[in-house]
Amino acid sequence: MINSNRLLYFLPLLTLAIMAGFFAWSLSSGRDPAAIGSVLVGRPAPALAAAALQEGAPPLTDALLKTGKPVLLNFFASWCAPCQIEHPLLLRLAERDGVAIIGIAYKNKPEEARAWLKRLGNPFKQTGIDPEGKLALDWGLSGVPETYLIDGAGIVRLHYRAPLSERDLATILPLLRGGS
Amino acid sequence: MMLHRLKVPRCARDDTIFLVDASNPTKLSSRAKRGTFLLALLALLLAFPALAVEPSEMLKDPALESRARDIGRSLRCVVCQNQSIDDSVAEVAHDMRLAVRARLAAGDSDAQVFDYMVARYGDYVLLKPPFTTATAILWLGAPVVLLLAAGLLYKAGRRRSARAAAVQSTPLTEEERRRLAALLASGRTHGER
Repeated sequence: MINSNRLLYFLPLLTLAIMAGFFAWSLSSGRDPAAIGSVLVGRPAPALAAAALQEGAPPLTDALLKTGKPVLLNFFASWCAPCQIEHPLLLRLAERDGVAIIGIAYKNKPEEARAWLKRLGNPFKQTGIDPEGKLALDWGLSGVPETYLIDGAGIVRLHYRAPLSERDLATILPLLRGGS
Repeated sequence: MMLHRLKVPRCARDDTIFLVDASNPTKLSSRAKRGTFLLALLALLLAFPALAVEPSEMLKDPALESRARDIGRSLRCVVCQNQSIDDSVAEVAHDMRLAVRARLAAGDSDAQVFDYMVARYGDYVLLKPPFTTATAILWLGAPVVLLLAAGLLYKAGRRRSARAAAVQSTPLTEEERRRLAALLASGRTHGER
């Protein structure tokens, strides 16, 4: 009786210890409460429909995602600094590894996007424009750059809500070579 | 497979707006200062939370617009974490408000609009998380603790009243009765003195 009452005095301390433990875990485990995640992964890709960035080029359609070969879809903008940071990597993927990359200029004036690609090099097999961000919303975009890997059957396999980096290549390249 | 990394800068086009130029304060007389102070106080008292919904976004049909507001308050802006899309000036929030209105104008029910957003951004987009195994502790934790505390209090209360009843129902022994009488008697003499 007295014993159990005395144990009760440790309850606040125990509560504090549990909270401290949770905070320590939150800080050290790399858990990111702001991570949105992606519900698209493993699902059929949303519709792709966009006007072409280059004058006279055909518009972008779903057919580009169902060629039987995996493709990367990259949303970028000339006003976006992180896009410029990942740009050399995209160029390398396109030139050295022969990856088919589709670019979408997000909320970008076409002439500015064209100038940007001219200046930095164009890694995109085809480039579309999304001036109002409507296509982006359909793809669950939260900012630029974001990159999707769509397999040959049109299923989204990867979704990066960040600029691509060298570290990601180990994940991306096998999926691109594997076909499906 | 879902991949994400931490602390990677990205462009979300969140705008910070500075309304006051603090570098050039104008000089005021003390009376004018007091007037300004009172005016500022009044403005503070009358202040209401500003909505980011722009007039150009609003639907003509007030019923649809009010539904759009209700939905907008429950959808989370995906680049600002703890703001609804109605509260956020981020561009994505603006686009999401437009999408909500486009869906409503196309004849979608509220549930269909929520489904549309969840299909693109996941449960993350809902400010009120749905009940799943992952969120069970969030929904049930507080009521369970409350019930537990109520149970413990009830038990402690019953134990106390049982103890009191036990004390009352036991008659005093002969020895105790004699001591009580002696104490009462001495108390009386004290009082008289």
